[in-house]
Amino acid sequence: MNAEVRPIKTAAETALATSFAAVKRALPGPAAVGALREDAFRRFETEGLPHRRVEEWKYTDLRALMREAKPLAGLPDAAAKDRAKAALATLAAVDARRIVFVDGTLVPELSDLDRLEAGLTIRSMAQALAAGDRDLLAHLGRLVPTDDVAVALNTAFMGDGALIHVAPGAALAQPIHLVFVNAGGEAVAIFARSLVVIEDGARAMLLESHVGCSDASEHQVNAVLELKVGDAAHVDHVKITGEGAGALHVSTLMAAVGAHARFNEFLFTTGGGIVRNQAFVRFGGEGTVAGIRGATLLKGRQHADTTLVAEHAAAECTSREVFKSVLDDEGRSVFQGKIIVCPRAQKTDAKMATHALLLSDTAEADNKPELEIFADDVQCGHGATSGALDQELLFYLKARGIPAKEAEALLIQAFVGEAVEGIEHAGLRDALIDRVVAWLKARE
Amino acid sequence: MHLLEVKNLHVEVDGKKILNGLDLSIGSGSVHALMGPNGSGKSTLAHVLAGKADYVVTQGEVLLDGEDILALPPEERAAKGLFLAFQYPLEIPGVATMTFLRTALNAQRKQRGEDELSTPEFLKRVRAVAGKLGIEQEMLRRGVNVGFSGGEKKRNEILQMALLQPRLCVLDETDSGLDIDALKIVADGVNALRSPERAFIVITHYQRLLNYIVPDVVHVLSRGRIVKTGDKELALDLEATGYAQYQEEMA
Repeated sequence: MNAEVRPIKTAAETALATSFAAVKRALPGPAAVGALREDAFRRFETEGLPHRRVEEWKYTDLRALMREAKPLAGLPDAAAKDRAKAALATLAAVDARRIVFVDGTLVPELSDLDRLEAGLTIRSMAQALAAGDRDLLAHLGRLVPTDDVAVALNTAFMGDGALIHVAPGAALAQPIHLVFVNAGGEAVAIFARSLVVIEDGARAMLLESHVGCSDASEHQVNAVLELKVGDAAHVDHVKITGEGAGALHVSTLMAAVGAHARFNEFLFTTGGGIVRNQAFVRFGGEGTVAGIRGATLLKGRQHADTTLVAEHAAAECTSREVFKSVLDDEGRSVFQGKIIVCPRAQKTDAKMATHALLLSDTAEADNKPELEIFADDVQCGHGATSGALDQELLFYLKARGIPAKEAEALLIQAFVGEAVEGIEHAGLRDALIDRVVAWLKARE
Repeated sequence: MHLLEVKNLHVEVDGKKILNGLDLSIGSGSVHALMGPNGSGKSTLAHVLAGKADYVVTQGEVLLDGEDILALPPEERAAKGLFLAFQYPLEIPGVATMTFLRTALNAQRKQRGEDELSTPEFLKRVRAVAGKLGIEQEMLRRGVNVGFSGGEKKRNEILQMALLQPRLCVLDETDSGLDIDALKIVADGVNALRSPERAFIVITHYQRLLNYIVPDVVHVLSRGRIVKTGDKELALDLEATGYAQYQEEMA
């Protein structure tokens, strides 16, 4: 027999199917959106939750890790919005236009939706879906098509999120900060979907924070951001995953980058119990320069997986991928990074580095860098290391009078700093360094 | 009381005996040169004084101002005024030299119960000593020793010493890898720090350095013990005759 054997559905898979049948008619969008949802859910039902025998999910066995599916989040009540206010202190030092989502729903009264700069449009994804917005449907799921199951699940259940448009040539002076707050009530599932289109020659900086009001809350987040970076546009996206240790957080970035653009992606993770950050980036036009970087700091039993696919589909693009993880206690980081160089992408210059610093004997780092090169005139490379703090360096610092913990902190900060320095916005760079320092202080 | 007293010091590394009953007394204000062939234990003594792990003291004492420091971690010894200038200063990418200097100085001050230095006062002090050593401001913004030449690294060690104002300075083969111009700059930096409140242990293979840093006392170390002590003339004799006679004496 060579028929595929599908094991019996897990409790979570069954709950998702029951939930989809119950809510699909209430989810926003006309028939065309409903059809997208049905297609996506069928895709999920065929595959089930991804597990360790699926290569892309080998180190993050979602089927085993996701014991149950939480009920879909409802609209936040006044109490939830009140609790969410406390969490808004995040990155308060960075002057940005804040768009706040509580349990996945846009809350206008907590958001800066007034006095938008010229060329900037911000709308609620749920409202645009409900209205069957033609422009939205033209882009949704099409910027970087993927058959990823987590994305399919998001498409099936997608609720609210941000729909942002920046007109050609518009240069936004103020960063836009999408803040996703889990209000910490009953544990719920949140399927956030955002689409950001930055047109040709525009300049924009997008921050995305995920925070929780309660450390223990076992909420489940599946967030998808589709991002279009136009020709000659200059875009930075910084995502901060800072939820409590009870959270299961799966997020996917799908970025289509045009020609002669500048694109900087940064994934900063200190929170969440189980985190999977996926980034699918496609360089579709010539002469683009990009940096895709990240820093992950884990302790306790946190697990964070960064899975990156950077596809060079056009010639003469440069990309630098630098990922650092710092692991204490039983923390585990996974980095899977694949650079694909298509046959026509001659003169590609791509270098990927992933480094893990293990602070305890029980921490674990899995690094899997991959290159798939189909062009013959390229410069590509990758490097991966993992190790402990250098005892010789520590002695040097201690011999100058710096106490052991402080010396360790200095070296760890320097290690993470190499990635964080890639962030162009000085205020944000400092804010992230402050977070690293705070993380280190909490260790002592 | 002597500033430093080393009494009958026995040290092993990986089960191998390196120091075999070393005795050494150093008074404040003096410069002692420690010479000897490779493997005689010079650098081991320097590292044991500074508190490096992996060196096992099986017998003996090391007293700084009469207090046994062997049980203290390296940072506390540093705060008490002990400074080791490394033979091979390490590179610390990502830690700016300025940050490093400031963290070290303030950590020592804190351990001694002193207030942290204000930024202007700190900068003033760094600029003053950096200027004398010919260290550019640009170098201070770079990662510690990153991209520095051998001579620059040694000058950076002297800069740290001048800033931290230790009372016992141990210079571990500070002359290695230096050309004559760099050697003079380093020696001038050391000489400027000579004072009645401070003592130096200058570890070197060669007499050359001692033309520039003139010692009060010269010791010859062989097989983990001091086998001869004299004045600066002893270093000149050694240059002429070599170390062979001392190694034979031990045999």
